[in-house]
Amino acid sequence: MATHNTATENLTLTTSDLDAISPRLVLDKDGRPTGYKEVTEDVSRIVEMKTPASWWVAFVISFLVMMMLFGLLAYQVYTGVGVWGNNGPIGWAWDITNFVFWIGIGHAGTLISAILFLFRQKWRTSINRSAEAMTLFAVCCAAIFPVFHVGRVWRAYWLFPIPNTDINMWQNFRSPLLWDVFAISTYGTVSALFWYVGLIPDLATIRDRATGWRAKIYGFFSLGWRGSAKHWNNYEMAYMLLAGLSTPLVLSVHTIVSFDFATSIVPGWHTTIFPPYFVAGAIFSGFGMVMTLMVVFRAWFKLEHLVTIKHLENMNKVILATGTIVGYAYGTEFFIAWYSGNDYERFAFVNRAFGPYWWAYWSMISCNVLSPQFFWSKKLRTNVPFMFVISIFVNIGMWFERFVIIVTSLHRDFLPGSWGYFRPTWVDILTFTGTFGLFMTLFLLFVRFVPMIAISEVKGVIAADKHRHLPEHVEAQLAAKRDEIMKVVA
Amino acid sequence: MAFLDELKKSLDPGAPKELWGVVAEFEDEEQLLKAGRAMHHTHGYTQLDAMSPFPVHGIEAALGIPRSILGFIVICVGLTGTMTAILLQWWTGAVDYPLVIAGKPLFAFEFAMPIMFELSVLFSAFACVFGMLALNGLPRLYHPTMNFSRFGRASDDGFLLVVEKSDPKFSAVETRNLLMSLGATSAEVVED
Repeated sequence: MATHNTATENLTLTTSDLDAISPRLVLDKDGRPTGYKEVTEDVSRIVEMKTPASWWVAFVISFLVMMMLFGLLAYQVYTGVGVWGNNGPIGWAWDITNFVFWIGIGHAGTLISAILFLFRQKWRTSINRSAEAMTLFAVCCAAIFPVFHVGRVWRAYWLFPIPNTDINMWQNFRSPLLWDVFAISTYGTVSALFWYVGLIPDLATIRDRATGWRAKIYGFFSLGWRGSAKHWNNYEMAYMLLAGLSTPLVLSVHTIVSFDFATSIVPGWHTTIFPPYFVAGAIFSGFGMVMTLMVVFRAWFKLEHLVTIKHLENMNKVILATGTIVGYAYGTEFFIAWYSGNDYERFAFVNRAFGPYWWAYWSMISCNVLSPQFFWSKKLRTNVPFMFVISIFVNIGMWFERFVIIVTSLHRDFLPGSWGYFRPTWVDILTFTGTFGLFMTLFLLFVRFVPMIAISEVKGVIAADKHRHLPEHVEAQLAAKRDEIMKVVA
Repeated sequence: MAFLDELKKSLDPGAPKELWGVVAEFEDEEQLLKAGRAMHHTHGYTQLDAMSPFPVHGIEAALGIPRSILGFIVICVGLTGTMTAILLQWWTGAVDYPLVIAGKPLFAFEFAMPIMFELSVLFSAFACVFGMLALNGLPRLYHPTMNFSRFGRASDDGFLLVVEKSDPKFSAVETRNLLMSLGATSAEVVED
C-alpha cells in the first residue's frame, strides 16, 4: 500500500486513509487502478465498440417518437395554430410552458462547464461533456415551440433584423420578446462553441486510435490537434475566457426569459423576483435532467468509476440548494402579493393555490420543494435508485412550475366575462412527448459518436489526485493532535 | 501560401526529407516537467515544445512559453459586439424607421442593454474559439511531429518533448543524448 506524507513528518497516511477523508474523483475499476491509458480505453470504447442491441432499441423508439413530433409540427403548420389548445384568454399555454421547461433544462450544462470551472470544482469534469450536449439538445427542443407558435413558421426569420422587402420595417428592440430571440440564439451558439472546443482534444484521441475512414472523419473534426504545450497554453486561456463569458450568459438567458413575463402587467407575472427565481429554477431543473441521464448512462456504459457516487452526491446537493431557493421564492411571491395590497395581485395568488388549478400548484410544490428535502440525509443522497426517482419528480415539478405561472395567471382575466379554463388538445400532448424523442435521438447519437466523458480533463484530475492533500482544517487538527495519534500508531 | 506548399509537399511522396528536430518520450508529466525545465533553464534551449494528453501545469514556465495573448483579441472583438448592438438598435429604431411604440423613446440605453450584452458575449465567444485556433495555427493537415513513431501516445498517455532544428543549440546527436540522459524512455530524430 502506497503511503503519503502529510501534516507532519512522523505522521503518514495510507492511500485508503486519504480516500476516506478526501475521496478520489476517479476510482479503481474492479480492482484495476484507473490511469491515463485506462481512461482513454474506457471512454473511447463506447465510441469504438460494435453498436449494442440495447442502443438500437433505444434509438429506434426515440427516432419514431421524433418522427411523430415532425409529423405533428407539419400538421400544425398545414392546419394552423388552432390545433393547439391555446385560446383567449389563455394565449400562451403548453407551447410556452414547454419552451421555458426545455430552456431551463439547458442551463445545467453551461453551469457545470462554466461556473463550476471558475470555482475550480474538479468533479465537474466527468459530467460536463454530457451536460453540455444535453444543453444543446434541450435548446433545440425549446426553440421549436416559440418558432411554431408564431403561426407562419416560414416567416420566422422576421424575428431577426435581416433586411427584407416583405415588411420593410425593423424589429421592436424595446420588446423583451426580441431580447429573448437574441438571448436564446446567443446561448445556443456559445454553448455549441464551448462544447466543440472541449471536444477537440478528445476527437484527436479517437483519431489517433482509429484507422481508415474513421480516422479521416475524426481527423477532420479534431482540426489537426496534437496536444502541443503551445496549443494547450492558448487553449486553456480560451477555455477560461469562454467560461467567464458563459457565466453571465447563462444567468442572463433565463433572466431575459423571465422578462417576457415580468415586464407585462399581468397579475402573477409582473414581479421583480422573476429573474433570480427563474435562474434558480433553471439550474434546479437542469441538474434534475443531468441526474436522470447520468444515472442511466453510467450504468449502461459501465462508467461508475468515472462518474462516481461523489459526483452524484454533489449534484444532489445542488438540487437540494436550488430546490430550497425555489421554495423560498414561492413563499416570497405570496408575501409580496399580500404586502402589495393590490386586490388583483392577491387574487391571482390565492387563486393559484386554491382555484381551479390547485392540483397543478400542489404538484409543483410537492415535486420542487418537498421532494429534494430528502437529500438532507446522506444515506438518501448517495442512494442511486432513490436519486433517480427524485430527479424524475424534479423534472415533472419544474414543468408544472412553468404551467402554473403561465396558465393560472392568464385564465382569470380582469373581466370575469373573459375567464377560461385551459385544456390541452391531443396535438399539444403528443407534440410535447415528441420533443423527448428529438432530445433522446440526439443524445443517443452523441453517446455513440462522440466521447461522452471529457477524456483530457479527467486525465488532468487524475494528475491532480496524485498531489491530493487534506483540507486545511484537518491538517491543522492532525498537527495539533500529533502526539496522541503517534501514540496510537506506535 | 505556406498552407498550399505544405499540402503539396504532403501529397508528394518523392519530396526530399530533411531533418526537422528531435522528439523524446517521458514516462509521466513530472518527468516531462523536470526534463523540460532542465533543457530550457539549465541547457539554454529555446525552441522547445511538449505534447501531452492534458495541459501539464507549469509546462509554460518550464519551457519558456509566454502567456497567451488571446485575451486582448477577445476584448477587442467583444467591444466591437457591444458597438454593433448599440448601432443596430439606434439606427434601426431611431434613424431608419422611427416608430413610436407605447410612448417609449426611439432609443435609450436602458432597453438596449440586454442585446448589447448578448452581442458582446456572442462576438467574444467567436473571437475566443477562432482566435485560439488561429494562434495555434489550426486547422492543419500535417505537422512534422506526426512522423514520430509514437505520436499517438500524446493523445493517450504519452508525454513528449520536442526540440526543433531551428534551436541554436540543436545538434541531432547531442540533443538526443541529452534527452536520454534526462530520463527519456525513447528519443528519435524526426524528419519533415
